[in-house]
Amino acid sequence: MGVATYIKDEKDQVKEVILQSGIKVKPVYTPKDLEEVGFSYQEDLGDPGEFPFTRAIHPLGFRSRVWTVRQYTGFGTPEQTNERFKLMISHGQTGLNVAFDLPTQMGYDSDHPMAEGEVGRVGMAVDSLKDFQIAFKDIRLDKIGTGLTINAIASVMLAMYQAMAEGYGYNKKEISATPQNDILKEMVGRGAWIYPVEPSVRLIGDTIEYSVKELPKCNPVSVCGYHIRESGCTPAQEIAYAFLIAFAYIDEVRKRGYEAEEFVGRFTFNLNIYGNLWENVAKFRAARKLWARLLRDRYNVKDKKALFLRGIFGGGGSGMTKQQPENNIVRGAYYALTAALSGAQTTALCSFDEAYTIPTPRAALISLRTFQILMEEIGLRDTVDPLGGSYFVETLTKQMEEKILEEMEKVERIGGMVEAVKTGYVQKEVAKQAYEYEKKLQKGEVVKVGVNKYTEGVDMEVELHPYDETWAEEQIKRLKELRATRNNKEVQRCLKELRVAAETGKNVMPYLVEACKAYATVGEIADVFREVFGEHKEPSIF
Amino acid sequence: MEERRIRVLIGKPGLDGHDRGAKVVAFALKDAGMEVIYTGLHQRVESIVNQAVQEDVDVIGLSIMSGAHIPITRKLMELLKKEGLEDRLVLVGGVIPSKDVEVLKGMGVDGVFPGGSSFDEIVSFIKENAFRKRKMAGGY
Repeated sequence: MGVATYIKDEKDQVKEVILQSGIKVKPVYTPKDLEEVGFSYQEDLGDPGEFPFTRAIHPLGFRSRVWTVRQYTGFGTPEQTNERFKLMISHGQTGLNVAFDLPTQMGYDSDHPMAEGEVGRVGMAVDSLKDFQIAFKDIRLDKIGTGLTINAIASVMLAMYQAMAEGYGYNKKEISATPQNDILKEMVGRGAWIYPVEPSVRLIGDTIEYSVKELPKCNPVSVCGYHIRESGCTPAQEIAYAFLIAFAYIDEVRKRGYEAEEFVGRFTFNLNIYGNLWENVAKFRAARKLWARLLRDRYNVKDKKALFLRGIFGGGGSGMTKQQPENNIVRGAYYALTAALSGAQTTALCSFDEAYTIPTPRAALISLRTFQILMEEIGLRDTVDPLGGSYFVETLTKQMEEKILEEMEKVERIGGMVEAVKTGYVQKEVAKQAYEYEKKLQKGEVVKVGVNKYTEGVDMEVELHPYDETWAEEQIKRLKELRATRNNKEVQRCLKELRVAAETGKNVMPYLVEACKAYATVGEIADVFREVFGEHKEPSIF
Repeated sequence: MEERRIRVLIGKPGLDGHDRGAKVVAFALKDAGMEVIYTGLHQRVESIVNQAVQEDVDVIGLSIMSGAHIPITRKLMELLKKEGLEDRLVLVGGVIPSKDVEVLKGMGVDGVFPGGSSFDEIVSFIKENAFRKRKMAGGY
């Protein structure tokens, strides 16, 4: 999905190309186009590593540092996840990105009735610090950075990561974790929210504030346009919404007396690649430029490094198809190429079997090899921003910038992202577009190979990553043992203190670290917040 | 006399939060003239069945992307039986491997529509079967 609309004449000649963000592509671009959009090298590009960083945030790009590959990994029990982590590291993966199962993401212990059938299914099950100790055993936490793909209770997982690392003898100052920690996008896309908007945003503020003080190498929030795009928005909206979400978090921390400059350099972004190559490249280049400018102009950020848009640009699952699944390997390779041409710091791909279920080891390795081939064989390390200066790409980058600003303005007119999420405005926009897109796809107005053109009738079956119900039994057994053997008085004391902190508006992070160290469970901790904050109610969009 | 509009409940059971498919299908059924009630995310199966009773729906559609479609659907079918709602048309959509389609049908699911199914297929299946099933059971 995500392909442009092509209008053709009866001879199959392309008459019009309309990108998803609404920009029309011309058949030829010349210096005149650059003139028309008012392109200036100094203003719009600058050298790589120089403001506004359109070309790259580092002067030498991939020459000085190749991208980090961080495939989303985790399933079953912590033992199995640990094994898979080590496998991927032994094959050259340089960062981790932990997938949690849904009960963990939603703050339920593995033996909660809502967890039935889900324990260890789409990620690793975590009930307590014990599980983290197993999952990260023998992994060099001072060398490898870890993404924690969790949002509603990201604060708890960041605290647990610190508790685990300290238990293994690391200093909290040397560990690097990136909890995803973006709840507003969960409310628009992905759906793994628990608490209402305001307390959720406050928890994110707590993690940012705590990281600034205590965890200098952690990136406390990864703002995700990715999932909103998966839910149906356009590339321009993806960036616009991600920026507005980031502003909501910046404003939350500024309320506490900090300047954006002190913490915004820790923000990272998680952005999506599928569909039209040019639109994506222009999107990322425009996004780098705009982010730097907006931070400078709105938040008076001066420190160069704090103006960098850093992020994981990852191949989107929506681009993958269930039909003719092997084609997804090819798609993945082009998405990876797009990431490289866009100057991604970190990248990951959905594997070819992910339209069915979480990846098999073979599929995950093919994704990893895709990145390695690009960097080692194809020449993507040779020079920075190889598309820079192209009449077409520079014109499109300017046009994308305009589109992003237009989309931002629409949301700001109704009071910003928190308001737009509370009222359901963004959710409705995104769902409506998903519907319009789906109709076009079904009518064949946009083409998806193997889906609505070049179909084969019967599709091959892929080998599926298996799910084993005994994982849940094993996990629940460990949980029950834990509850019976830990110091329950200490657990109760920690939970009580956590509750007071949550109620009185204190930063909850130090209390979470203590509770994790006492082996309080994820469900017990999440329930304290449920009782204090209540639960989110979705606005109706129908 | 004009037949009343078909009433459809679209449910998102369990913890999976991917609702693009559910919402898109809801729009399509609305455009096809049906009344659509969407449960929202994170529903217990019990609550979906309660809403089916309260709203007196003809069709119950589940959207499941996490892979837990078999245990969840099994539970739904048990509860529907208990509540005497076996005359309602039950549909399951989402990430459903083809080997599971027959398993679901064996549980009594009327139609399985994995990701990529067309709106036309879903709409005509519902139009053909929704009232027929209830009438045959004598419930409507």
